[in-house]
Amino acid sequence: MSKRAALRVSGIVQGVGFRPFVYNLAVKLELNGWVKNTARGVFIEIEGEPEKINEFIFCLQNGGPPLARVEKIDISYLPPAGYETFEIQESSGGETSTLVSPDVGTCDDCRAELFDPSDRRYRYPFINCTNCGPRFTIVEKIPYDRKNTTMKEFTLCPECAAEYHDPSNRRFHAQPNACPVCGPKVYLKNARGELIEVKDVWQRVKEELKNGKIVAVKGLGGYHLCCDALNNEAVSALRSRKARWEKPFAVMMRNIETVRRFCELEPVECELLESPRRPIVLLKKRNDVVLPEEIAPRNRRLGVMLPYTPLHYLLMEEFQVLVMTSGNISDEPIAYRDEDALERLKGIADLFLMHDRKIYRRCDDSVALVNQGKEVLIRRSRGYAPEPIKLHLHVPHILACGAEQKNTFCLTKGDNAFISHHIGDLKNLPTLVSFEEGINHFKELFDISPEIVAYDLHPEYLSTKYAHDYPGNVTKIGVQHHHAHVASCLADNRENGPVIGVSFDGTGYGTDGCLWGGEFLLCDYENFQRVAHFAYVPMPSGSKAIEEPWRMAASYLFATYGSEMDKLDISFVRALPGVWPALKQAILQNINAPLTSSCGRLFDAVAALIGIRNTVTYEGQAAVELEQAITPGETVTYPFEIRSGSQWQIDWKPLFRSLVEDIKEGTETGRMAARFHNTVARIILETCLSIRKEYHVDKVALTGGVFQNIYLLNLAVQLLTEHGFRVLTHSRVPPNDGGLSLGQALIAYHKVLKTGKENGPCV
Amino acid sequence: MEDKILLAHGSGGKLYRRLVNEVFLPAFQNPVLAKLEDQANLTVPKGNIAFTTDSYVVNPLFFPGGDIGKLAVCGTVNDLAVGGAKPLYLSVGFIIEEGFSLSSLRDIVNSMKKAAEEAGVEIVTGDTKVVEKGLADGLYINTAGIGVTREGINLSSTNAQPGDLILLSGTIGDHGIAVMAAREGLTVMSPVLSDVAPLNGMISDLIDAAPGVRVMRDPTRGGVATTLNELAAASRVSMKIYETEIPVREEVASVCEIFGFDPLYVANEGKILAVVPKDQADDALRALRQHRYGRNAAIIGEVTAGNPGKVYLETAIGGSRVIDMMAGEQLPRIC
Ligand SMILES: [Fe+3]
Ligand SMILES: [Mg+2]
Ligand SMILES: [Zn+2]
Ligand SMILES: [Zn+2]
Repeated sequence: MSKRAALRVSGIVQGVGFRPFVYNLAVKLELNGWVKNTARGVFIEIEGEPEKINEFIFCLQNGGPPLARVEKIDISYLPPAGYETFEIQESSGGETSTLVSPDVGTCDDCRAELFDPSDRRYRYPFINCTNCGPRFTIVEKIPYDRKNTTMKEFTLCPECAAEYHDPSNRRFHAQPNACPVCGPKVYLKNARGELIEVKDVWQRVKEELKNGKIVAVKGLGGYHLCCDALNNEAVSALRSRKARWEKPFAVMMRNIETVRRFCELEPVECELLESPRRPIVLLKKRNDVVLPEEIAPRNRRLGVMLPYTPLHYLLMEEFQVLVMTSGNISDEPIAYRDEDALERLKGIADLFLMHDRKIYRRCDDSVALVNQGKEVLIRRSRGYAPEPIKLHLHVPHILACGAEQKNTFCLTKGDNAFISHHIGDLKNLPTLVSFEEGINHFKELFDISPEIVAYDLHPEYLSTKYAHDYPGNVTKIGVQHHHAHVASCLADNRENGPVIGVSFDGTGYGTDGCLWGGEFLLCDYENFQRVAHFAYVPMPSGSKAIEEPWRMAASYLFATYGSEMDKLDISFVRALPGVWPALKQAILQNINAPLTSSCGRLFDAVAALIGIRNTVTYEGQAAVELEQAITPGETVTYPFEIRSGSQWQIDWKPLFRSLVEDIKEGTETGRMAARFHNTVARIILETCLSIRKEYHVDKVALTGGVFQNIYLLNLAVQLLTEHGFRVLTHSRVPPNDGGLSLGQALIAYHKVLKTGKENGPCV
Repeated sequence: MEDKILLAHGSGGKLYRRLVNEVFLPAFQNPVLAKLEDQANLTVPKGNIAFTTDSYVVNPLFFPGGDIGKLAVCGTVNDLAVGGAKPLYLSVGFIIEEGFSLSSLRDIVNSMKKAAEEAGVEIVTGDTKVVEKGLADGLYINTAGIGVTREGINLSSTNAQPGDLILLSGTIGDHGIAVMAAREGLTVMSPVLSDVAPLNGMISDLIDAAPGVRVMRDPTRGGVATTLNELAAASRVSMKIYETEIPVREEVASVCEIFGFDPLYVANEGKILAVVPKDQADDALRALRQHRYGRNAAIIGEVTAGNPGKVYLETAIGGSRVIDMMAGEQLPRIC
């Protein structure tokens, strides 16, 4: 007896070859009916033998094309309609519940075609199929149809159109489908923006690169600046023209064998590099093979990615390693519009490799590393965004505006948290503009109209100001920075409070107007109690003290030794810059010397004190180098004190006294670096033990930018676990401010929920 | 006469009379004031009257390059002048703490007299109150001023248009840094002088040279950054300024560097910002530079379209940094 089932499938099921999969499955199982894309998901009706229908549903749930992610299938049964064929029906519009796929690295099939001389797409840089290719960066609006992407400017040739309409073809409804006849083309321009006529674009680019030239390459989410990584002079030239003095450059390596030549490689790292997401993975450099030190100075790790578009495969053809750094000057956002790229990069690049497929959304490369077999995200962007983070609870429409520097925003709906691609430092105008545009774009793509707007308490964050100016009838909720970090970690782990949040970062605005950053918060999604924190220290000259860690080192020493400090016979004190007396005055008279409990600043100070560096050229540099300096196997810990009171204060004076003694005794830098890290881990353990004793909570969340420090993270996890704590760390979102917006959203929701209840009828 | 101000100096009695006759009248001497009526009766030329008031509570009262008296005159004169008015008359109100030094008061009054003379204004009415020790910090001054607006010019903070150029009459941050250095007793640097000065002469020259000038402001509290933000918001335009074109004295830059201040947010008392149509900018700049208070004048930026209300700085390396209105103090934003 024949049955008919009506299915609605939601998840990432559009633009990923889902309908041909359904078609082929139905044909195979001899089921009739139809499949249709709608803005509310994929609708299917199938009619036939009941066992076949069950098998069909099972296959949908457990198979599917590689990029599809079936989240939910709603099933209802109807009387048979007497279908005689199975067909794919035209898309229809309506309300949205579908997702937009992230961009996907070139698949094996497409790569094979790229290098197959008999293929009609031989050496065509824009090959893609339903299993790979651009998505998020070209989508203007939904539904995800070619006419709603930047591919709308290219009309399919008959051959491409045939593929596009053939359900049995890998390119059935592949929206960016293209070929040399009908699709986008590459071309070259010089630094004056003039078209360069050449027979073979690739030959020319390769020649220039081999001659040490710098090429701006338009990729998937923006421009890269590219040069031969094995050419010292080219790398130096790129550094000076880009005004990026020491921050490591990422490189692209030709294939996994090349990566193995230069870096140590574990299986999980290998998998991650080759995954469709293709992030930059921070790998350990091999000691025996040397790349120019200038690529990643004083860093044991190297950011490596594999080619992720056909264009990159062609570019890498004759190179093992190319520097592929973001197409920008210093901290500006990467260029992604052609005119803008020519204008902004003309002083840097000698040559521009461009193409005529527009990038609609700027999207930076993602950055990840593997720690103990687990992926840790440092920057979640291309290949990840805008795939939602699945929540363990249902929330209304919320906009969380994020932080200031590594900004991402987050929009929520149901159990989906759409964390944006990396937006960047909002104090740059183009970044601020893409923040505002990005929010509008996400609202449209996912059909979200926020009822709640969450923002940081820092009055000067441009994201905070955006929230204050947000129009309409929305509830605006300010969220404390470190509380948001902890909530982000809870949500990352799909957990609830109460939890001891160890929230360590650079600086964030505290509820007392001081700059927090070394916080132990007992909290849930709604409230927090600041149970313990690092003792305050003046941060003389404000942000200048972040650029110049010696200022922090001097401030801690002055707090520890008072006027005796000047008599310390250590090179740091002997070599104190001439402005120190003035800075001391700033501390004593409280001239622009806000108090901070920052853990990041403590790392800075120690790095300066033991001679690693007095000033930094990029954010977090001193702390990164302090970690890199560690001599393994060191177990000594410096003393510290947890002073009780209404809030426990972690007194670092004993730490500095011992450190100074170590310096006087000529202790090796690497040992001091290790001892300091050991101490911070020990501080975490002791403080958590005290908190557990008093409050009976044994779940700990380690969060904040400081926990990008792998040595500290692993040691803290180990110590806490040994003492019976359950430890939560980040995996789906970064521990740094890039993950903050997720926590803001959840806190805002719970605060509104609570006040809603107290005030009675409102939702 | 006593060398200290007593409560009785403000009582209206004999001591008060002596204070007026021996300190204020000789300094501010003019026929209107000399009548000592309860009000000043003024002859005012034809035209619209501009009227402004401001109170001065600077600490310390004396600082390199000026004092509270000079500030009280110049501030009000400049507020009138940037609106396109010719300043004519000022009132002055003193609130003095009991025990204040009489000779300091004389110095302050003399400084007011000099500034008023230079500005070509008369102080035509005034008031003095003495409050108990501890109820004020030495001395406060309020001044109000009247001027007559020039015909044929149209100044408004809503006037800036894309394409206009932004002129600044000289180095920034001098006043704020001078006062801070004096207040905090900073000794570690070469001295910085406040730029406090009456700018009505220079402004008048600017208007003569560039009668199409859209708007002028004196970037006092909150500095150039705050003033530009106000203008950009009022005109619904964006403004781009060039880091390399903004004049900053080396001494000021070095103090800012040491203490972590951004000179764009530091107060000025002798500078103007002017938005001028592009074709009059060169004439305007020349006029400014010919004046003693405008020798370091520069075109520091331009009015741009898009992003209404935003002010941004094109940095030396070509970046565009948002220069925002501060909600509070300059707290680090780096996490
Ligand atoms: Fe943070
Ligand atoms: Mg005023
Ligand atoms: Zn493919
Ligand atoms: Zn084609």
